[in-house]
Amino acid sequence: MDAQTLTYIFVFLTFGLYIGIAIWARASSTSEFYVAGGGVHPIANGMATAADWMSAASFISMAGIISFMGYDGTIYLLGWTGGYVILALLLAPYLRKFGEFTVPDFIGTRYYSSAARIVAVIALIAISFTYIAGQMRGVGIVFSQFLNIPITWGVVVGMAVVFMYAVLGGMKGITYTQVAQYCVLIFAYLVPAIFISIMITGVPLPQLGLGATVLDGSGLSVLGKLDATLVDLGFAPYTQGLKSKVDVFAITLALMIGTAGLPHVIVRFFTVPKVSDARRSAGYALLFIAILYTTAPAVGAFARLNFIDTVHDERYTEVDSWFKSWEDIGLIGWEDKNKDGRIQYHPGSPFEGRPTYSDQRREDGSRTITNPPTSNTNEVYVDRDIMVLANPEIAALPPWVIALVAAGGLAAALSTAAGLLLVISTSVSHDLIKKTFAKNLSDKRELLAARLSAAVAIVIAGYFGIFPFGFVAQVVAFAFGLAAASLFPALLLGIFDKRMNTAGAISGMICGLAFTLIYIAYFKFMAPELNNAEHWWFGISPEGIGSIGAAINFAVAFAISRLTAPVPAEVLNLVENIRIPKGVNEPHNH
Amino acid sequence: MTGNKNNDAYWRANVRLMLILLAIWFTVSFGFGILLVDWLNQFQFFGFKFGFWWAQQGAIYVFVILVFVYTAVMRRIDRKFGVSDEGDH
Repeated sequence: MDAQTLTYIFVFLTFGLYIGIAIWARASSTSEFYVAGGGVHPIANGMATAADWMSAASFISMAGIISFMGYDGTIYLLGWTGGYVILALLLAPYLRKFGEFTVPDFIGTRYYSSAARIVAVIALIAISFTYIAGQMRGVGIVFSQFLNIPITWGVVVGMAVVFMYAVLGGMKGITYTQVAQYCVLIFAYLVPAIFISIMITGVPLPQLGLGATVLDGSGLSVLGKLDATLVDLGFAPYTQGLKSKVDVFAITLALMIGTAGLPHVIVRFFTVPKVSDARRSAGYALLFIAILYTTAPAVGAFARLNFIDTVHDERYTEVDSWFKSWEDIGLIGWEDKNKDGRIQYHPGSPFEGRPTYSDQRREDGSRTITNPPTSNTNEVYVDRDIMVLANPEIAALPPWVIALVAAGGLAAALSTAAGLLLVISTSVSHDLIKKTFAKNLSDKRELLAARLSAAVAIVIAGYFGIFPFGFVAQVVAFAFGLAAASLFPALLLGIFDKRMNTAGAISGMICGLAFTLIYIAYFKFMAPELNNAEHWWFGISPEGIGSIGAAINFAVAFAISRLTAPVPAEVLNLVENIRIPKGVNEPHNH
Repeated sequence: MTGNKNNDAYWRANVRLMLILLAIWFTVSFGFGILLVDWLNQFQFFGFKFGFWWAQQGAIYVFVILVFVYTAVMRRIDRKFGVSDEGDH
């Protein structure tokens, strides 16, 4: 059977599984809809958290980005795992003990203020929507490449599936589908990685294969060969980065504390029975995430080696068919600058901007590109996102592996989309409607409101997936900066600083958020021509500025809280109480 | 509950453990993986430059271990101060 038929079968089977789980795990109360009744086993929650966390960006894009960034890819590897240490040690157990449904719940209660709750809701919605648009786009790309379905229809099918299990099952349905999705995605990630590791080095474990000797008789290690090959072609060595140390430091820190401040991740720890379970669950989540994150650098390095081997100096007419099929959907472009009929791969952009194609084809069948070519010797444009998806084809693996990768990419995108939709809908139905505008709403009506807001959120997310802003992909990375600068400090201080009060928390969140937003907006949208190390403050790029935003948040919150009214006694009692594991609440039905 | 001596001592034990683990967290990631990476790269480790290994492999393994160590030690501290949630449902 060919890869496309197999992909249809795999996608059909996995979607059937997800929907089956959704029907089995319907939610019947707000407690089940918001936090799965608080009865999820820590290992199951660890898997669900891992799937929730690992999005289309982790599965599809990350290894590809690392393969082009080399050492600089460290920012994602450390940033998106190290955050779990902070989450496990500084936030998860205490927020579980607090025992409510949402992140704004904690902020609203701890800072005894509806205004603080609403600021948290706004931050949450801004963060979650920027993030979710990227997921729906990922679904669309997988559908269009592997199933030949237009991106729009791909997004619609994805929306329909998420609708089934998020709206019916709420957190309960999402949790158990995420467990299944984790199994699908990790299997789909490891199988090609192990195959390729064996092909290149003879070592089955990719984590060790990355350091092993290449089987081509050169006696070089994978990284040694990659360094040498890249330097030959005029690139910097793979194991050395181009970013400045201070920027790598700032971006890593922003991603770490941003991770710890992401509402859809935090809320997963509300679903386990006890405080000690929240700690264990964080450990399992990080373990399950680390399996993918320690494989990714190997996948990235192998992909770059294979890519150069199969493409560089190859005649276009003889190059492998994957090159042409990705060229057909516009993610690869080739301009034969020296007219030798061969593809030359070197540093720099081959032409200005992203490729735009005319309807014509050249004599050899390649697509004509209308962008003005640049003066360097590089002839190939390659979209970084395709490396993981194209990897099995580049390495000529069997069709079922290619089909598996497609199913894995969909699992990663759908599980994250569902988790994000849930926090958006709960913050609307619970924090805005129930806690702010209609305080005597019955549980049944609140549940209906939660389902309706989930449905509306899915439609909005789908819209962004079909009609993306030009800058959606960039904005996703900034969701972390915003979370780092707004929610994380407020949560941390709420637990560790007894004297932190309403005025301090709100002014901290607003200053951190405003500073980060303005810095990003200035360099990305208002003056993009100044977006380089020379003009950045302290040499920190917009990607890393969230760490400074967080520092500003902490400083402002601390100063203001010491100048304003002290915290009331019942809130002090609340803080004392969440610091002690004993006496955990069942998440109550209102 | 304010002023409860047992709970205050428990909190101090918790914070001490947390700070030790966070110091290790910082050292392996920001220390070995970023600040000292160039110096460590002069050493070879199973085919890796040592600094590069910390940045893209080693630090992540240590993160996982840190969280499990935290869970295990906190369980002991919880029991010692009689604030464990084991009796809860």
